[in-house]
Amino acid sequence: MSERFFEQVGQLARRSVVRTARQPANVVFPLVFPLLLLAVNSTGLQSATDLPGFPTDSYLAFALAVPFMQGALFATMNAGTDLARDIQTGFLNRLALTPMRGIALLGGQLGGVMAMTAVQAAVWIAAGLILGVHFAAGIGGIAVLFILSLLIGLGFGALGAFLALRTGSGEAVQGMFPVFFVFLFISSMAMPRNLIEIKWFQTAATLNPVSYLIEGIRSLIVIGWDAEALALGFGVAILIAVTAVTLASVSLRTRLTRT
Amino acid sequence: MRTLSVAEGVAWRVLHNVFTNPSLLIPSLIFPLFFFTAFAGGLSRLDQVPGFDYPPGYTAFQFVFVLLQSAAFGGVFTGFGIARDFESGFGRRLLLAAPHRSGIVLGYAAAALVRWLVTAAVVTVVALPVGMNVGGRGIDLVGLYTLAVFLNIAAILWATGVALRLRTMQAGPVMQMPVFLLLFFAPVYVPLALLQGWIHNVATYNPITRVLEAGRGFLAGSPTETGLAFAVTAALVVAFSVWALRGLRSAERAG
Repeated sequence: MSERFFEQVGQLARRSVVRTARQPANVVFPLVFPLLLLAVNSTGLQSATDLPGFPTDSYLAFALAVPFMQGALFATMNAGTDLARDIQTGFLNRLALTPMRGIALLGGQLGGVMAMTAVQAAVWIAAGLILGVHFAAGIGGIAVLFILSLLIGLGFGALGAFLALRTGSGEAVQGMFPVFFVFLFISSMAMPRNLIEIKWFQTAATLNPVSYLIEGIRSLIVIGWDAEALALGFGVAILIAVTAVTLASVSLRTRLTRT
Repeated sequence: MRTLSVAEGVAWRVLHNVFTNPSLLIPSLIFPLFFFTAFAGGLSRLDQVPGFDYPPGYTAFQFVFVLLQSAAFGGVFTGFGIARDFESGFGRRLLLAAPHRSGIVLGYAAAALVRWLVTAAVVTVVALPVGMNVGGRGIDLVGLYTLAVFLNIAAILWATGVALRLRTMQAGPVMQMPVFLLLFFAPVYVPLALLQGWIHNVATYNPITRVLEAGRGFLAGSPTETGLAFAVTAALVVAFSVWALRGLRSAERAG
């Protein structure tokens, strides 16, 4: 990778971050909404910790993993919508006429998403600490949590980019929001899988990769160093990231060929 | 008479737009089902929390919340359409064309109600075969759905007032957020008595709590706080009618 390539990635990542920062709704809403839901759910569901077998006596600690996934969901939507807008406005076509390498475009876009993910992760962790959550895995666990959330942000951001490159329409990307929402809802988001009573729901949550991402993050907050949960969490996150980046790269090549 | 014909025209147009546009129709049908599935399916073990006492079971407990939530958000979603109409300039042409402008508000409210009735039918049809127990008799169920109708009307009038004042799609969060907060600061997951900390205090004084508890009482066949719940929803309808009509005057002044 040449110095020129990294300069191109840096420029486009900067553009992506600045573009997001200039739209307050894109910054504030992904930060405020998950915090609001966290506040509501953690207090409303506190009595769930009285259930035999519940892994912690603080529902806030249990639920703190969820904003990380909601942040990833917003990353998907923002990355996809921004890239789709570049396609719709012809920016991508103009870019194709320059010496810029296609992969730098994708790298820049995802760099911007990861910068936003880093800000979000820092906010969730800070909120948890302020609200008195004890991170069972300690400082090292917080660092690992940060890395895992970046990896998840990369995977979901690439998924958004893939959708944008494939469809070329911001509306189509937005239309996928309910689909991602289903993955979030039908997971172990609100209850440990072994405590989910409805059988089909438990099976769906077990098959749902999002459950393992949430459980990987949650293990660092609630349990400590749980090798199985972390291996599954990182494994699923890496798999999603590699698959999504590959799909996005192929779609980008096709999109640039078309133009 | 002229008011009614304006209302009929506006309502028909909104309903035509909604029912011929999947991107408008599907979210309002799908989201309540998401919530119902996630809450009733994922959290059903909560009925084993010590002190949880709702004889029809957790599915019915959550059904009432989802039904009332769909009623409130059905109103808000229609409010988005009003904002879109005014942002695109259609609303101004509507103001010019309508001989009795209060018919515009009435038309939007009627459309929101019809739109929600479809959602309510879908949610009910899904809830019954997945094991929702109904303890109430016919009259109790009429009480439950009437409460939801009142809530739907109050929500659309609230959203109309906001949309007519701000006249931009960016007003969406202003319409949505207060409704969301009122709904979720009520006893959503467990009965009021099991809520702990600040949420218990907030839920105790939240008027929607009375509506939710009465709705759950109707479904269980043991009505409770019904007078208060109907008084709350009627008061919301009256207050937001004034709010919406004043919003209309604001839109008229803006030209």
